[in-house]
Amino acid sequence: MNLYAVIFYLLAFIILAATALAITRRNLMHAIVYLVLSFFGTALLFYLLGAPFLAVLEVIIYAGAIMVLFLFIVMMLEIKPADTPRRLYLRQWLPAAVLGVLCLAVAFVLIVFKTGESLPLPLAAASPLEFGRFLFQKYWFSVEIVSFLLFAALVGALYLGRREG
Amino acid sequence: MSAWTLGIVLLLIKLLVVLVVLLLLAAYLIYVERRLLGFMQLRLGPNRAGPQGLLQPIADAVKLLTKEDFIPAGADRVIFLYAPALVAGTALLIFAVIPFARGWTFRGQEIPGVVSDLNVGLLFILALSSIGVYGVALGGWASNSKFALLGAIRGAAQMISYELALGLALVPVVMLARSFSLVDIVQAQARLPFIILQPLAFMIFFISAVAEMKRIPFDIPEAENELVAGYHTEYSGMRFGLYFLGEYVTMVTLGAMLAAFFLGGWRGPLLPPLLWFFIKVFIVVFALIWIRATLPRLRYDRLMEFGWKILIPVALLNIIITGGVMLALRR
Repeated sequence: MNLYAVIFYLLAFIILAATALAITRRNLMHAIVYLVLSFFGTALLFYLLGAPFLAVLEVIIYAGAIMVLFLFIVMMLEIKPADTPRRLYLRQWLPAAVLGVLCLAVAFVLIVFKTGESLPLPLAAASPLEFGRFLFQKYWFSVEIVSFLLFAALVGALYLGRREG
Repeated sequence: MSAWTLGIVLLLIKLLVVLVVLLLLAAYLIYVERRLLGFMQLRLGPNRAGPQGLLQPIADAVKLLTKEDFIPAGADRVIFLYAPALVAGTALLIFAVIPFARGWTFRGQEIPGVVSDLNVGLLFILALSSIGVYGVALGGWASNSKFALLGAIRGAAQMISYELALGLALVPVVMLARSFSLVDIVQAQARLPFIILQPLAFMIFFISAVAEMKRIPFDIPEAENELVAGYHTEYSGMRFGLYFLGEYVTMVTLGAMLAAFFLGGWRGPLLPPLLWFFIKVFIVVFALIWIRATLPRLRYDRLMEFGWKILIPVALLNIIITGGVMLALRR
């Protein structure tokens, strides 16, 4: 096992532990902090795999923008930690369990058949310049569609949140 | 000593020197600011500790370090204890990607004039400044105090609003330099500093950076006459000192960033590169202090309106015009 592998497993452990803590904390603020930590771990993982651009975007967008908005809302609402009984209902955990098992199965297949050896993307494509070319020259149409979809969502949210009268 | 160990030793020495100089600059900036404010307001400023009050920063540091580390009742202990480190830490880390000199050679070893030349350096700065929001928001929330919470909410809203303008103002710089690396950006200004080509971007970046570091006239998150001290009301001792340190380190790094993005970095005639870098940083810092002595605080709704309705549209327009001119010139 070389140094990179050690770093990889360390990061993977941090991400898994932070995410597990994030979904089990009763205090919303603590959950947010753990989730931010998990995003940091993911960003470092991207950096380790040779995609610094993606790593920085992960921090800027997920940790720096989306989670700050969550933090903001939790601060404004001042939600007290819930004291509900710790029972979980079948309707709540069944979909999660099915999706989780599917995810594990896919990961198992990926590891067993070693699809990682025939990488769909050469690593050089991860530099900012190549990344931009790839996204805005080759796949510009999908980017436009996605941005249009986001725009529609934004207008929809504005419409739903408007004041009556 | 092999070349590899020599490289490591030189790197460690460089890191130490950069860190010590940065911290000393920040400490003495507090003294310089107080003296300059005194001069601008026709009073003396601190002049008791040592000749001309030159030992004042050291006295302040000793005082902050020996004061009681107080945790308010009902505070979220762990978050309260670690939030200040986030502010100071991110402020210090930003300096890692800023080129401060041309670089040297020592016994055949290259010593670049930058701690780390990331190929996404500019985005690294934006990422760190967006992480700095957590220090303010979590610190204010964990204090369990109305004033701190109000300050933190204001601070978070202000910082995420102005972050957009901050990022958009840098897009034309990246377009002109064709790189995110700060070393390349300084390299691209060999003939003309970008402030001449992009005066509008310079203005937008400067204004939103002042708002991002919450200085007068944008210091609404810590407005003394309504919020006591805002998000750091409940902090004492060195934890308060870390917030303070973060603010002054940010002043230095803002000077360094403006130098790298718009003023040509360490480039300049006659004088050595390192000296030019410090001169440019000091000009920016002086401007910040001057602004503090001159302008009153903005009202909160005006601040938001200015950010969203003026700075961001103007920045977007600037990007479109820059792109158009670049396309037209290429033909």
